[in-house]
Amino acid sequence: MNDVLGTRSWENFQDILNGAVGLAEELKPLQQFVLANLILLGETPAPTFGEERRMQLLINRFSEVGLQNVENDDKSNIFGVLHGSEGKRNIAVSAHMDTVYPDSTDHTISVQPGLVTGAGVADNSLGLAVVASLPDLLNRLNIRLKNNLILIGTARSLGRGNSEGLRSFLSNYKLPVHAGVCVEGVQLDRLSHASIGIIRGEVLVRTPEELDWNGFGNTSAILTLNEIINKITDIPLPRRPRSSIILGQVRAGAAMNKRATKARLGFEARSESAGIVREIELRLKEAVSEVASKTGDDITIDIFSTRQPGGISFGHPLVRASRDIFDALQIKPRYEPSTSDLAAFIDRGIPALTLGMTTGSNLQMDDETIDPGKIHLGLAKLLSVLMAIDGGHCEEH
Amino acid sequence: MEDIVKNIETWLKKNTYHHSDFWDLRKMVEEKERHGLTISLCIPTLNEENNIAKEVVLFRSELIDRYPLIDEIAVIDSGSEDRTLEVAAEFGADTYLASDILPHLESKRGKGENLWKAIYQLKGDIIVYVDADITNIHPRFIYGLIGPMIYRPEVGYVKAFYDRPLSDTGIVRPSGGGRVTEILTRPIFSLFYPELAAVIQPLSGEYAVRRHILHDIPFPIGYGVETSHLIDIYKKYGMEAFAQTDLDKRVHRNQPTQALGRMAFGILQTFLRRAGDHEKLLVQTELNHYLRQFQVSKGSFEQVEHFIVEDERPPMITIPEYREKFGLS
Repeated sequence: MNDVLGTRSWENFQDILNGAVGLAEELKPLQQFVLANLILLGETPAPTFGEERRMQLLINRFSEVGLQNVENDDKSNIFGVLHGSEGKRNIAVSAHMDTVYPDSTDHTISVQPGLVTGAGVADNSLGLAVVASLPDLLNRLNIRLKNNLILIGTARSLGRGNSEGLRSFLSNYKLPVHAGVCVEGVQLDRLSHASIGIIRGEVLVRTPEELDWNGFGNTSAILTLNEIINKITDIPLPRRPRSSIILGQVRAGAAMNKRATKARLGFEARSESAGIVREIELRLKEAVSEVASKTGDDITIDIFSTRQPGGISFGHPLVRASRDIFDALQIKPRYEPSTSDLAAFIDRGIPALTLGMTTGSNLQMDDETIDPGKIHLGLAKLLSVLMAIDGGHCEEH
Repeated sequence: MEDIVKNIETWLKKNTYHHSDFWDLRKMVEEKERHGLTISLCIPTLNEENNIAKEVVLFRSELIDRYPLIDEIAVIDSGSEDRTLEVAAEFGADTYLASDILPHLESKRGKGENLWKAIYQLKGDIIVYVDADITNIHPRFIYGLIGPMIYRPEVGYVKAFYDRPLSDTGIVRPSGGGRVTEILTRPIFSLFYPELAAVIQPLSGEYAVRRHILHDIPFPIGYGVETSHLIDIYKKYGMEAFAQTDLDKRVHRNQPTQALGRMAFGILQTFLRRAGDHEKLLVQTELNHYLRQFQVSKGSFEQVEHFIVEDERPPMITIPEYREKFGLS
């Protein structure tokens, strides 16, 4: 496992660590490939369930960079294979294509020294751009892995998508996947090796258009929703296993001077324990039923996304190797449990990680921002992890 | 009259393209190399530090490193007060201050000056000019313009046209723009050079030109540069030298009406000079170079005078340094 020039080796794990900083330096001038892909992909809207245009662009890019067997499936996933020199095992590298932004959002990306701004640049146009750039980067660095690299742009990852794209891919792909890496735009210090249990959903309150002065219902859907929120905040949560309920989004009403007849609450409940997640779900449903029976309002709860907790352990060779690589690059890892596509790998027992590519801020706002000056570190981290997997340094014996 | 209609129809059919006609960049690179062509990109700038990085990184990555269609990216600046040149250089462009090129010549300032000096500074057989303020920049802005010239040696000048939404307050409109074109340029072309009315957006700032044509024509340094190109090339080579390519949307900064008035004033000067030279009309008076616009201040109208002279540079081929640099006897 030496490159063509004979200067890079990943037969020995120590060689990967010794070469990590040099690799980051080599990647600095190649960051432009990632930035160009970021502009081209990121300026093409891809709301969840509406990823087709971005998918088409990625098909072209995968084909242009020489991936074999480039295909899309009925879930709008795109995948292609970079054949390894031996091709005995298959390493999947995925990034979700979809974003939280509707078509109507201005997707223009602004590039300035030290700052790239635009809707979705961090979550997850950068991650996708990295996956699209991988064949070019490996080629220019003369790195040819011995195992196959399966590159995937996944659809239907976020929100109601519930990682449907990656789950479907892993269920139906014709070859076994031996390891997986999910690529996210941010954060650079992110090292996710476990997924927490999650339920995501929406509470919808509807009150009659015509106000019934004699009824017991609230005069506004907002007030009813407020009662539900009070009940949710009363749900007891243990400190261990760690658990939380996030009330992430409220939409209600049409105007300041008009009684709100509809109110929506978007929520996510998380726990390290599957039992607690089930308990929270039960309590949420009870809260909704109780308020509905008291007010007479039409209230529904729709839980559209569920994930089981799990993952590989902190001591798994893949995590251990990744920690060492972070150390070699002087990045202090932050062990953040994943709430995204990683669960799809975990559910199938495939050792996998999520890695972030750079630092960023204003996530899921119209002015999402990343620091392009650190992408080379994210790339060096990703390539080093891939070489470690390829070299057999991440397997449990 | 029937001939003109027929000529325009024939020309439109034969010489109007869509950028997707040139999607196969690998094939285009092969064809470029087969003809031994070199291609330079010139981006004229003035205070574009917020926009320039995106253009440079995209064109360099896609059209130099991935598909070697262009051989150099040069930013030629009129004297920005911001960090335009530093940013462009940081992202890999060659950067020049227009006044540093042929520095012994009397200094002139204007976009046309940058375009003219690019002929001396850049090495390409074809020079592509692209403005720096395009927010939806894409490689099609280059390959769409180069395409007709790579496949058709007789084409010497390719002009872009667009559906032009205007971006001012973040609102994107499905059509619009080209106000000076529709109110001034196309009507005067229709009166005096009717075939040129077939050029859908004669004032667009994106075009590609072969060097042998470019160095043969004079350059107004201000608003009239595009108009004069079209008239001069038409007179010398006819419509067959032109092609035009639909580049879809171009999102750019909107200009206030008064700025368009100044542009129209400059274009008219250039046009009248050309039409006079070609004996299309006789201007019997010396032109006044003051444009007066008006604004309301404290309840009364105020005159705002703009002194606009469409100064011109001579054909580059007449400059001794150019002849020497390019080995022209």
